[in-house]
Amino acid sequence: MRFYEYESKQLFGRYGIPLPTGSKVAHSAAEAEAVAKEINGPAVLKSQVLTGGRMKAGGVLFADTPGQAAEAATKILALTINGHAPRGVLVEGRAPVKQEYYIGVTWDGFARKPVMICSDMGGIDIEEVAETHPEHIAKRHFSTLLPFSDYMAKELIAQLAIGGAELNQLSRIAAALARVFIAHGLTLAEINPLARLEDGRFVCLDGHVDMEDDARDSQKAILKALGIAPEEKRQARPPTQFEIDGAAVDAADHRGVAGNVVEFDGDLGLVIGAGGGSLTLFDAIRKHGGRPANYCEIGGNPSVTKACELTKLILRKPGVKKIAVMMNVVSNTRVDIVARGVIKGVIESGHKPADKIAIFRIPGSWETEGFKILQHYGVEYCDRTVSMYEAAGRAVAKMQDA
Amino acid sequence: MAALFINVEVDPALAKDAAAVKKLVEVCPVNIFAEADLGLLAIVEKNLDECTLCELCLQAAPAGAVRVKKLYGDREVLVRTD
Repeated sequence: MRFYEYESKQLFGRYGIPLPTGSKVAHSAAEAEAVAKEINGPAVLKSQVLTGGRMKAGGVLFADTPGQAAEAATKILALTINGHAPRGVLVEGRAPVKQEYYIGVTWDGFARKPVMICSDMGGIDIEEVAETHPEHIAKRHFSTLLPFSDYMAKELIAQLAIGGAELNQLSRIAAALARVFIAHGLTLAEINPLARLEDGRFVCLDGHVDMEDDARDSQKAILKALGIAPEEKRQARPPTQFEIDGAAVDAADHRGVAGNVVEFDGDLGLVIGAGGGSLTLFDAIRKHGGRPANYCEIGGNPSVTKACELTKLILRKPGVKKIAVMMNVVSNTRVDIVARGVIKGVIESGHKPADKIAIFRIPGSWETEGFKILQHYGVEYCDRTVSMYEAAGRAVAKMQDA
Repeated sequence: MAALFINVEVDPALAKDAAAVKKLVEVCPVNIFAEADLGLLAIVEKNLDECTLCELCLQAAPAGAVRVKKLYGDREVLVRTD
């Protein structure tokens, strides 16, 4: 779940990360003017939207007086950026910047550890810096179990040939960022740019925070303190009707999970899941050149009705020619129940299961019973001797004739 | 739509036995059995395909009084014979 910039900064501020003067969110021109008066100097006003391209769209404006701040706020609050209406306008003091840095902490799925990344070339895309100036990037992994000390940050930043007071200040900020990351179940905590002002002070000019969705429950207190309501999902885009209908299928029956879908524009509908299987299978379909119509999660022990309704939903999606029903080896999902549901869904949609189901690969609990059903309806199926990758390949191959 | 995978048959005499009907309604985890007017047994057709083959209904009724029929494969019939 993404945070607005002002929320990210409020979170950082709680850990002693220095913020620009003011740094308050305003919801009207009058509020913006009042913050600008407090700042008592040049100010920057930034649209609070969960999308990029603010500067180009006119969502970041500067003001030298409170009156100008009010005018700028009026413009920004009326501006929709990439379809996003602003939550408010962040008003902050503006000070001359001597140099910009980058500090970020994210999760490294390969190392299974958080990684801290620092650069003395902030203000631009860090991926671009890594490609064009790798010598300006320093990285280190760290444990989520052990405390992150200032010294660990110092070792990292020193790799960029930074020393003296600058190193001390940066180390404290970097260590604080690592602590924010660990304490709040984040997947990203980023300051870009982190500015060194002409007077030597450091301030966080922009911040990004992403919280792991599953952490929301354990982070209720901080979310409440930041004013983030439990029902706010903060998706990158609004759900499509297909996704809303999928959620309704899932919500209609408490048994198992089926209906948690994301829409794509391909022609192969996916009924996939189990123990990371959905991601693996989705990638395998893509690797074989297939075009998924959706991403899907099916698991637990869904009822026949739930699997049936999910199948009907996917088959209803325009452009879907076949479906592939594939899972990792399952222990608590009944293969025969899923087989019944999928076949029922295909028949109720007016199709023949043998024509519409490209492959059925769910090995596990009650598979013998499931395979009897599939055999009865002439559906191609396979057991665990066929890998998920190979099953995905078979499904994609069938799409050539579809 | 009629059930595709499972059918359940109950002896007519058992279907009129109010106590037995209550028991069948109670044990089925997917609500295949319901109590109709006058305590008669009703089979809820829309739930037939949800049958998990748990055999609780077979255990709850006298031997041979409830038969669970698979409508696929070798059309096996589950029935208590003891």
